[in-house]
Amino acid sequence: MDTFKLKGLLILAVLVVGILFAAPSFFGSKEVPEGWIGPKEKIKLGLDLQGGMHLVLRVVADKAVESRMNSTVSDLKAQMVKQRVHYSQVSSDSPETLRVALRVPDDYGKLADLIGSGYPYLQEIDRSSKGGTMTVEYRMSAQEAATIRSQAVEQALETVRNRIDQFGVSEPSIIPQGDERIVLQLPGVTDPDRAKALLRNTAILEFKLVDEEHSVQDALRGDVPSGSYVAYMKEGNQPILLKERAVMTGDLLDDARMRIQSTYNEPYVEISFSREGGRIFERVTSENTGKRLAILLDGKVYSAPVIREAISGGSAIIEGRFTDEEASDLAIILRAGSLPAPVEILEERTVGPSLGRDSIYQGFLSMIIGGLVVVAFMLVYYKFSGLIADLALIVNIVLILGALAVLGATLTLPGLAGIVLTIGMAVDANVLVYERIKEELRLGRTAKMAVDAGYKNALSTILDANITTLIAAIVLFQFGTGPIQGFAVTLSIGIVASLFTVLVLCRWIQEWLVNYQKIERISI
Amino acid sequence: MDIIRPGTQIDFMKYRKAAFSVSAALIIISLVAVFVRGLNYGIDFTGGTEIQVAFSETVKTDEVRSAIGPIGLANATIQSIGEREDNEFLIRTPTEGDSGDDTVQQIEGALRDTFGEEKVDIRRVDMVGAAVSQDLKQKGFLSLFYAGIGILIYIWWRFQLGYSVGAILALIHDVVITVGVFAIAGREISLPVIAALLAIVGYSLNDTIVVYDRIRENIKKAAGSFDLSSLLDSSISQTLSRTLITSTTTFVVVLALFLFGGTVINNFAFAIMVGLIVGTYSSIFIASPILLFFRREKK
Repeated sequence: MDTFKLKGLLILAVLVVGILFAAPSFFGSKEVPEGWIGPKEKIKLGLDLQGGMHLVLRVVADKAVESRMNSTVSDLKAQMVKQRVHYSQVSSDSPETLRVALRVPDDYGKLADLIGSGYPYLQEIDRSSKGGTMTVEYRMSAQEAATIRSQAVEQALETVRNRIDQFGVSEPSIIPQGDERIVLQLPGVTDPDRAKALLRNTAILEFKLVDEEHSVQDALRGDVPSGSYVAYMKEGNQPILLKERAVMTGDLLDDARMRIQSTYNEPYVEISFSREGGRIFERVTSENTGKRLAILLDGKVYSAPVIREAISGGSAIIEGRFTDEEASDLAIILRAGSLPAPVEILEERTVGPSLGRDSIYQGFLSMIIGGLVVVAFMLVYYKFSGLIADLALIVNIVLILGALAVLGATLTLPGLAGIVLTIGMAVDANVLVYERIKEELRLGRTAKMAVDAGYKNALSTILDANITTLIAAIVLFQFGTGPIQGFAVTLSIGIVASLFTVLVLCRWIQEWLVNYQKIERISI
Repeated sequence: MDIIRPGTQIDFMKYRKAAFSVSAALIIISLVAVFVRGLNYGIDFTGGTEIQVAFSETVKTDEVRSAIGPIGLANATIQSIGEREDNEFLIRTPTEGDSGDDTVQQIEGALRDTFGEEKVDIRRVDMVGAAVSQDLKQKGFLSLFYAGIGILIYIWWRFQLGYSVGAILALIHDVVITVGVFAIAGREISLPVIAALLAIVGYSLNDTIVVYDRIRENIKKAAGSFDLSSLLDSSISQTLSRTLITSTTTFVVVLALFLFGGTVINNFAFAIMVGLIVGTYSSIFIASPILLFFRREKK
């Protein structure tokens, strides 16, 4: 078999593979029919075409450091009382520092022992005495702070994944970016506000006893009893005096489900504790029978019922005049776990389904109109050779679509624009060759010689011209985001595909015409 | 069929002084426009919130404004887009700080409260916080920079110094004038527009390279003494029909994109249209005549 036939087979193979991979995408949202032997992957549509939500979240990891420091403060206070370290104040001015004021400076030794054994991550940075009080300042070690931060981000990523899974988004993409960011792609989200609320709730569940020995009114006037603080009810915003210490937290949760109360048809969330959690809950409720227990979520009091008897079943309910949606989302959040630190939304790009549909329609409309004009022009201007170029153009588009499907690349609106541009540009290589052939013919060369010289002479120009555009496209891919990368992808694929269609396919057809069909006059 | 009759030779070099003056004037106008009028950066680069909303009943711009007035956004930019009967608007406000999420919810809430839940179709929300917009700005300019470097290296490797300088000057010329047109038209510079500028860089170079290749080839053929000026003329003339055909087919498809592609892609298509015109002009009237300045370096 000669090289010419071999080339023909190669071209055929590329064509068949291209068509096989491109074909599934033409079924649109419909299923690929049974019995289709080829690959079934369709081209992935970007969020800007199918509708959906792109979010960049930042985990405020400093808050995780801060809350660790806060718990260190209360823990240290308790330890100092136990070890008879006489302090007047323990405070934390910034997330990473802690200050202890000792009433008895001689207790410093005991304090240093305590810190050394129980809180090795605290490093003493300053010590001063003034009027019988010694103030010692500590700083959290940089290593510890970094660990807390990275753990917070990791756990937040996990929690966000869980929540989105449970929310039911098909094919979400959730990836970390840089130190503190999480990038989410949520196709087909129809209620962006709900999705955002689901992500932003830190969902820290706490149970705290109501301080019934003191009056809220006094506390509001500024006379807050030590160990208590004023919180507010979620409904109605009434103040309520709570003990600072949480008797239990949501860590020990096993499951959370939305239930509907039969008499009033009102939804509520039922939570069940793990075995350990159930035991603690039973102990807490039996020790505090007759008192009120407040249920807090993210610092807001949802309800504060009176404990009538010890609760041993290991479950509790959260009421709060929810809508069905709110209750079911709350259950999701509680099941998925709390966020170790709050998150903020740095970037949001949401495209509604109606705009996505319009964009697809408009994109294809311009592609078809532009394409038809180019096809007609080539036909009129280059006659039969124009027809060959048009064939190459169609093959080109099929190859681009096939390549997108194979690579699993995403087709975005700028990506569609890239294909449109490719249509305009792909004929450029044809034009370069054809103008050459015309020149050669005018010099009196035979058809065979003109075709040979045309392709040979245009080759380096075509490569030079396309490689520079390819450089621009690759840079664009490196630096672009989402939709723009889609443009870079279709542009690059389009360039490579057009090199193949013109330099291999068109050349083969024309060589076949002049060498095997002995065509002596080229219609050009 | 031929659009340029074979053998035609146009004396392009004769017009080079005029062309340089025109280009210099255009560049000055562009720079003045950019510095005086400023560029209309989109929220990708300034940070902010942009909401595209369609109503199912007739709504006027003023009504939208008074709906979001109570939440302190009476000064938001509100623009009617599309056909009149679409009742579609673009609401844009700057965002302070890293997250503008509250603004999004406030605007949506205010619109739904005023016009009724089912009459409001939120078609698109773009919210870019300050941190992200800084990143995007940096990445946008870096991409232009690196593409320039990459192309420079490629041309340096493939052509001699004179050609490289000519190609790069033509590129700068094209990008500056395109940006200038955006400043004058007050059109928005967004991420897709940066992508378009990069595509222009690629295409303008494409044209230039085709002409340069022909010049090199003709110099090789001439082998001996030749008049560079008339050689440039004939090289440009020989490639002129290709230049015009390719520019036209590309322009036609981009025009289709501009006319039918919808609002999202409109500025992108506009940038490429401008870039194509300027790029075609510069590869003929700027990139090639510059070679005359380097003729003494050649034997």
